[in-house]
Amino acid sequence: MAWTPDQPLIRISDVHLSFGPVQVLNGISLDVMKGDVICIIGPSGAGKSTLLRCVNALVPIDRGSILVEGQEVHDAKLDKLALRRKVGMVFQQYNLFPHRTALDNIMMAPIHVLKRPRGEVEQEARALMRKVRLEDKEASYPGELSGGQQQRVAIARSLAMQPDVMLFDEVTAALDPETVKEVLVTIRELAEEGMTCMIVTHEMGFAREIADEIYFTDRGIVVEHGPPAEFFTSSRDPRTRQFLSQIL
Amino acid sequence: MITNATDLPVLKPFRLFSPLPACGERSPRVARRVRGIFHWRRATESPPHPDPLPASGERESAPPLTTTHAWLLIAALVLAVGIGQAAAAPAAPSVLATLIKWTPLLAQGFALNIAMSFLAMGIGTALGFALGLALISLHRPVRGVAWFLTEFFRNAPWLVLLFYCMLLLPFELRIGDTIIPLPGWMKSTLGLSLAVMANVAELVRGAVNSIPFGQWEASEALAFTRMQTLRMVILPQCIKRMTPPWMNLYAILTVGTPLTSVVGVSEAMTLTGDILAAENRSELLVPMYLYLLLWFFLYCYPIARFTVSLERRFQVR
Repeated sequence: MAWTPDQPLIRISDVHLSFGPVQVLNGISLDVMKGDVICIIGPSGAGKSTLLRCVNALVPIDRGSILVEGQEVHDAKLDKLALRRKVGMVFQQYNLFPHRTALDNIMMAPIHVLKRPRGEVEQEARALMRKVRLEDKEASYPGELSGGQQQRVAIARSLAMQPDVMLFDEVTAALDPETVKEVLVTIRELAEEGMTCMIVTHEMGFAREIADEIYFTDRGIVVEHGPPAEFFTSSRDPRTRQFLSQIL
Repeated sequence: MITNATDLPVLKPFRLFSPLPACGERSPRVARRVRGIFHWRRATESPPHPDPLPASGERESAPPLTTTHAWLLIAALVLAVGIGQAAAAPAAPSVLATLIKWTPLLAQGFALNIAMSFLAMGIGTALGFALGLALISLHRPVRGVAWFLTEFFRNAPWLVLLFYCMLLLPFELRIGDTIIPLPGWMKSTLGLSLAVMANVAELVRGAVNSIPFGQWEASEALAFTRMQTLRMVILPQCIKRMTPPWMNLYAILTVGTPLTSVVGVSEAMTLTGDILAAENRSELLVPMYLYLLLWFFLYCYPIARFTVSLERRFQVR
């Protein structure tokens, strides 16, 4: 059963996961079509970040199924490395490699994982640095960059693997308010280019503007979802309304 | 490497008066005074959870040596030479001249000390790195064996290791027709490198564990294998963190090499004994050993200073 673009790029169905006695994911289900941008919102502890980590097999699930391009992620025979080449991920804490320059950070994975020639990779890496507007910071080490700049390098590093889908895990949560915008602009440009994105965020304005679909999660399940215009104005579930009233 | 405050019992400084004084026999006045001292002590006692030790707070780290120590040592040598001179028989050559006379021989012995320290450090570091990686292996049996070896050699007295190496290793190795002699200094170098190995293994394990988990996660998300992650992301960052404690270990190893004199290696310590026996002048005893001490100090002191400066530089990040 080959995957075709008219099927969901990511299909999460009835995923359960517990860490010891704590039930983190409680039968969560959602679909992401190719080119879609979905935002996942919800109170902390709702399992948003964990869900993203399940999608690229950083965290194994207990029950349910996650299909990425028709391939079951939680299959013991799965080639995890092949999966992770298709799925890029950006973290809250950037997690750049502090002992390498910004450009090296971007080039490492394509050279050592994809085994591509260095010259070609370097050209692409420079292009990516231009794309995130950091062409003058190629030789800087992560420690010399601001949070927003580091996060943009992290986005470029992930893009260098030419993934089919990008996962963003609260990428602006650790940033100074004045640098949040530059990161969001970068993500918006990506979305406009048609990149499939799963975004966990607390930036409601951003979510409203960028998302095709918004998912509100609480206690490990999707409580409610819908297009942003509908979702923010006429949510039906009391939990959603309570959450929105607290942060809007 | 980063030692957080724990709930483990913390060694308290020795107190003259125990917290529960048996007041029965004492007069009330004495008891009050005793309790007064106790209360005053409690007021100045450190909080139950002391601040986390600084990142460089390895158990090996000695109080930093300062230039004052160097001057004190030289002053002591001058004083000892002077006193020795005063006590010497008038006909004998001066103490200073005797020291100078034996300097070339002492230098030869000291060179052996340095050679042994280099070799033991080299062998120990190579083995220790392998053992340290085994300590973080994903295979339980490998981890178990590595843990046993590390704990065993780390907690064995160096002198015991030296004796075992001297007694258990043959004096020559016969491989086919070639005979490789194993002189005493080589055997004891092996003994020392076992201790170094265990300490380096522990350094590697600690350094790897001190790297934030996000580095592993990011590498995994970029589809690096575990080996690639270790080689390209984790270990390069560990090297920097390991360098100061590693140099500390080297300095400790170097001042530990005179231990080999006990098993008969003719390094500087043994030679000093030989010289004293040959001269047979009791006034030489103190200046001679102090002279030897100065050699070690002058060699290790710059290393200690450099380590401290490295630690300071690495902390700012």
